[in-house]
Amino acid sequence: MTDLLTLAGVHTHIGRYHILHGIDFGVPEGQTTMLLGRNGAGKTTTLRTIMGLWPASSGRISLDGQSIEQSPTPDIARLGVGYVPESMAVFSDLTVKENLILAARDGPLDDTRLEWIFGFFPALRRFWLSRAGALSGGQKQMLSIARAIVEPRNLVMDNGTIVHRGEMAALASDATLQERLLGLSLETHQ
Amino acid sequence: MMILSGDPPRSRVLSILLVVIIAALAVTPLIFPGAKAMNVATKILIFAAVVASYDLLLGYTGSVSFAHTMFYGIGSYSIAIALYSMGPSWAAVATGAVVGLPLAMLLALGIGLFSLRVEAIFFAMITLAVASAFLVLASQLSWLTGGEDGRSFQLPELLRPGTVLISKNVFGFELNGRVLTYYVIFIACAAMILALLRVVNSPFGRVLQAIRENRFRAEALGFRTVFHLTYANCLAAVVAASAGMLNALWLRYAGPDTSLSFSIMLDILLMVVIGGMGTIYGAIIGATIFILAQNYLQALMGAASNAAAEAGIPLLPGLLHPDRWLLWLGLLFIASVYFFPTGVVGRLRSAGRAAS
Amino acid sequence: MTDLAASAALPKPSRDMLPVLLPVILALAMLPLIGSPSSWVTLTVASLAMGMMIFIMASGLTLVFGLMDVLNFGHGAFISVGAYAATLVLLPLAPYVQADSLWLNLAVLAPAAVLSMAVSGALGLVVERVLILPVYGQHLKQILMTTGGLIVAEQALYALWGPQIIPLPLPTSLRGSFIIGDIAIAKYRLLAMLVGLVVFASIQLVLNRTKIGLLIRAGVENREMVEALGYRIRRLFLGVFMVGSGLAGLGGVMWALYREQVHASMGNDLTVLVFIVVIIGGLGSIGGCFIGALLVAAFWCRSWRWSRIFS
Repeated sequence: MTDLLTLAGVHTHIGRYHILHGIDFGVPEGQTTMLLGRNGAGKTTTLRTIMGLWPASSGRISLDGQSIEQSPTPDIARLGVGYVPESMAVFSDLTVKENLILAARDGPLDDTRLEWIFGFFPALRRFWLSRAGALSGGQKQMLSIARAIVEPRNLVMDNGTIVHRGEMAALASDATLQERLLGLSLETHQ
Repeated sequence: MMILSGDPPRSRVLSILLVVIIAALAVTPLIFPGAKAMNVATKILIFAAVVASYDLLLGYTGSVSFAHTMFYGIGSYSIAIALYSMGPSWAAVATGAVVGLPLAMLLALGIGLFSLRVEAIFFAMITLAVASAFLVLASQLSWLTGGEDGRSFQLPELLRPGTVLISKNVFGFELNGRVLTYYVIFIACAAMILALLRVVNSPFGRVLQAIRENRFRAEALGFRTVFHLTYANCLAAVVAASAGMLNALWLRYAGPDTSLSFSIMLDILLMVVIGGMGTIYGAIIGATIFILAQNYLQALMGAASNAAAEAGIPLLPGLLHPDRWLLWLGLLFIASVYFFPTGVVGRLRSAGRAAS
Repeated sequence: MTDLAASAALPKPSRDMLPVLLPVILALAMLPLIGSPSSWVTLTVASLAMGMMIFIMASGLTLVFGLMDVLNFGHGAFISVGAYAATLVLLPLAPYVQADSLWLNLAVLAPAAVLSMAVSGALGLVVERVLILPVYGQHLKQILMTTGGLIVAEQALYALWGPQIIPLPLPTSLRGSFIIGDIAIAKYRLLAMLVGLVVFASIQLVLNRTKIGLLIRAGVENREMVEALGYRIRRLFLGVFMVGSGLAGLGGVMWALYREQVHASMGNDLTVLVFIVVIIGGLGSIGGCFIGALLVAAFWCRSWRWSRIFS
């Protein structure tokens, strides 16, 4: 089985700091991959580099056979990559509904898909029309994840907290999900 | 240039240029006849000092402030108000200095501390607003500042043009109060620029550059950036205010258009960028280029404009009109920022390095 | 999604009404100091009209600053250029301007305004590509480049139109005031207020009801995340920049008519006020910009009054 995502010899510099020193790994299709590491090891940097938020200074990153190490972030997202940042990055001034509308780039919100998401995160239904900024930390995390999966993605990268590992694991093993989520990369904090 | 600083021009051409400029400035009263030459030379000296002080902020700490003319203006007005109110005496000059310099420092302290708290663009906006408010204030306090008309005053006897110290008969030229004033300005500006050179090449200056590159890291390394930045701001303000005082002494006048206007601030920016940011020498080069252009380029442009008008080319006569010299310098400024951020000095230095 | 629409929203935190009420409080506070209610009304209308014009000029700037951390120090160029562009329509068509018919006057003002916005918008495109894009992200250079733009733009206007002040008379039907009892309300000021409110309402509509507006609001908060959702925000930014420039041009026309003159330095003179408005109002906040503009205009108008009282 070919890897959905591969990194080969990836280096990342931020200013003068050399953070990633030649990262190699592959994310197989249809599985959940976890990046484990101590604080400061470079887990966030790796995900951000894949996402194009910080450009790789050298090395190759390929998604589904396509080289993406030089691609701008929007293009990478359009290849079907969902990103859940460490800081959750929900748009506080927008409602939960608006956050998800924005995330559903390809068309209007799919009701069936929404119902499925509400199954995992009922709070989002409850606070549908509320400002995202008024949500609790945990609820924001839910929203952030929901944003990443509101439409079918090829790859979802979650730089999240340990709290929702349970939900994410349940998500990953959901039978209706398998044909849509091809790979999932999780990160834990120690 | 090695005097006191250990920071050589690092380029043959630059060294020669600097020597020529300084030599020319040193002998101007003796060799170049006429009031215009002395006025141009004085302006170059004074602006070289102000721009050098601004370079300390822009080039070495990396902050853009539009409020620098305030310090210049404070210096000018302190002297003017003191000499106007107290009569032409050295005591008045001293009073003006004693009031003006600390005032400038205090203001710089406030602005400097503020710059630490906000982001660069926001800081620039606010300094612009503050400078405008200050200008309006100066105009409104007309009982003190003379409003739009400014303040004229008489100089102490020694510095007056009428005072002859050494008559023509002795050396062939007359050493009068005006010439003396000129040399006072020359020595003062030279001293200030040398002092700034000394500062930027000291450990203190190197810390400033470290802060400019990465303030967070400098803090992490243990430097108290607050202290360094505040000190730099105050030093720059004091130099600018002193230059302002010298300007007032030369013109025997201080007014909003000669001391506080926004166009002066823009001129300073043009000089520092074209000359070369972060070099101090750039201030001398930039000031020379700018002020010579301001005074002598216009004749050239006038001729070109007339030629274009006669040839019947549309638009060109308007663009080449002598009053539009600032348009071309503005374009040069933009080109400098983008293509040669290190200005003339930087180009000369890198050309020198490439050649060797 | 019917059950979602019916779902009760979390009670919203009570909106902080103080900023909204501030201009009102200020205006009312001036009443006892000015004395006569009729002068107060005139002054209030004047400051409202002025505030609207400044708001129009500042609205684009605040969105651009909030969205992309870009501040064009040469923003005044759009204001001046807008005014000059209007003269290209209004001066040749002077008979229509002088005619004492509201419809004829508007028939001439409308194309003038449209041309102003188009020219300023086009200049915005040029400025964004030439001055801002090359140094995007480098704040120091951005400040310097746009300041250079400020210098070049003003000088170019002098070169093209000359240094003299060009008179721009108000259309005849907009001269004078409506007299209601003791109170005189200038007609043009009413028009200015109307245009300002229309602009404000339109911007709010776009921001709150369209997907582009959604993108802008989200982008102001977190540009990176919007890109991570797959949107090429750079293109959006160019659009917002051009609209902002166009609006500044509109503000320029209106201001020129208010003062009945056009001069190359008018834009730069107004830039400080516009910046103060953006600072007070908060970056990226249209509502804040609106209130800031009203406050700044109020102080500006009243400061003349103050200096007359105390001098």
